[in-house]
Amino acid sequence: MLIKPPTSIPSAEITDRKLYLNRREFVRAVTWVAGGAAAEVLGETFLQAAQPAPHGRKLDNVQKSGFSTDEKPNTWEQITTYNNYYEFGTDKEQPSLLAPSLKTEPWTVAVEGECNKPAVYHLEDILKGQTLEDRIYRHRCVEAWSMVIPWVGFPLANFIKKCEPTSKAKFVEFTTLSDPKQMPGARVAVLDWPYVEGLRMDEALHPLTILVVGLYGEALPNQNGAPLRLAVPWKYGFKHAKSIVRIRFVEKQPLNTWQRQAPTEYGFYANVNPTVDHPRWSQASERRLPGFFKNHKTLMFNGYADQVASLYTGMDLRKNF
Amino acid sequence: MLSNHTIRWILKPAIFLAALGPCAWLLWAALTGTFSADPLADITNETGVSTLRFLCITLAVTPLRRLTGWNGAIRFRRMLGLFAFFYGTLHLLTYVIADRFAGLDLPAGIVKWKAVRDLAASVGTDIYKRPFIMLGFTAWIVMAPLAATSTAGMIRRLGGRRWQLLHRLIYVSAVAGVVHYWWLVKADVRRPETYALVVGGLLVVRLWWSQSRKRPVATAVAA
Repeated sequence: MLIKPPTSIPSAEITDRKLYLNRREFVRAVTWVAGGAAAEVLGETFLQAAQPAPHGRKLDNVQKSGFSTDEKPNTWEQITTYNNYYEFGTDKEQPSLLAPSLKTEPWTVAVEGECNKPAVYHLEDILKGQTLEDRIYRHRCVEAWSMVIPWVGFPLANFIKKCEPTSKAKFVEFTTLSDPKQMPGARVAVLDWPYVEGLRMDEALHPLTILVVGLYGEALPNQNGAPLRLAVPWKYGFKHAKSIVRIRFVEKQPLNTWQRQAPTEYGFYANVNPTVDHPRWSQASERRLPGFFKNHKTLMFNGYADQVASLYTGMDLRKNF
Repeated sequence: MLSNHTIRWILKPAIFLAALGPCAWLLWAALTGTFSADPLADITNETGVSTLRFLCITLAVTPLRRLTGWNGAIRFRRMLGLFAFFYGTLHLLTYVIADRFAGLDLPAGIVKWKAVRDLAASVGTDIYKRPFIMLGFTAWIVMAPLAATSTAGMIRRLGGRRWQLLHRLIYVSAVAGVVHYWWLVKADVRRPETYALVVGGLLVVRLWWSQSRKRPVATAVAA
């Protein structure tokens, strides 16, 4: 039998290697997409159940505060399983499953910009000499749900004074950790990472504004923004930067992440305001979780009007939403 | 292929029970208290997504039948479509009751004519003000006549051709449903994208087939 030499295959009929690989890739891509779609369409129900945070170290010498509300706080389980922390996924229960492995020790915060004491501060140095307080705050999300949360923290003003901001410092910008290795959500470009938030200097210095390090008298769980987060109770939740790694004193108003994402929906001020609707939902009332009905009337400045309304005298809050 | 008996007494009841799965899951969660901290969001999301799922599955029946040549597939279509309407209705009721009705100022415990009027006004205003709700409402209302004309008697009364034409409204419902989902998501659109891909694929396949059916006719005219 005659064995033809391989050259008898006309070279034009040999599939180009690149094309061949492309085709394989294409088939694989189609299979993935179809499989993924089928899994999505059929399987969204079977998401893993949320996991409440393990209890943390007890914080010493925590003082009571006159700023606390006497409303009944949500439970530890509710507060640690229902979180908007997109660096750990966009589903509310994902941070409770993915955040526990975040390494929060050692932790440093870089202080930069218009101040006399720019430096990289260790968390222990930030906490040195601060008296921790229980601050039971109402927490109102822009998505029209709310909780009552017993934070533990100290006034941000105390730390700002240590940094000695100059007269040029009109705003404070907060940058939060974005580490794709530790944070699966940060590998997906759903937002422009890292997450940035900002406050006007008088807002940052307001006694209600605190740096939070604890919850229910214990060290702050990772899904709630450990080891250091903001609480600004008269503003929507997205202003509360979590896991802060940089504080910068600036002259110009910072562009916060959600405003960058959708400027018609999220502003810089983001004060809780029942009379200014989010374009996609009303802000007049809210769901006080775990309540089922949206029947809790939203209060101006989330009920903190007596303390903060004066910061905004003469401002059009419809424009500065 | 499958016998009439198997389809009627085994496969159909099995699919019926499976289709009640999301509903059963919600009931189970309510009874055992395994909802998240936000039960309303759980129910709204599950019923809404189930509506989209059943719309997709219903739309997949014809392509499946064509690809496999298994005509028995058609016998599940009505049930699947009605489940889409069922979950869509639960989704709408959840919104009307927990989001709108609950926000009204009502005289304690008494339902009066004024309450009904206020509720209608509240729902109407919200639909008018928010495009994503308008689309969701469109997706539901378009399904209503399809559910109403889903019986064999209605098919006879309307005549096959007219019935089929009317039931193409499911395309409108599916597209409106996907856009509704897309517009309500804040930033992470990966799930709405998946549904858009599936619905898009199922519609493009139909377009493709209807074009390739027309082509020989066009050639004949040209000849």
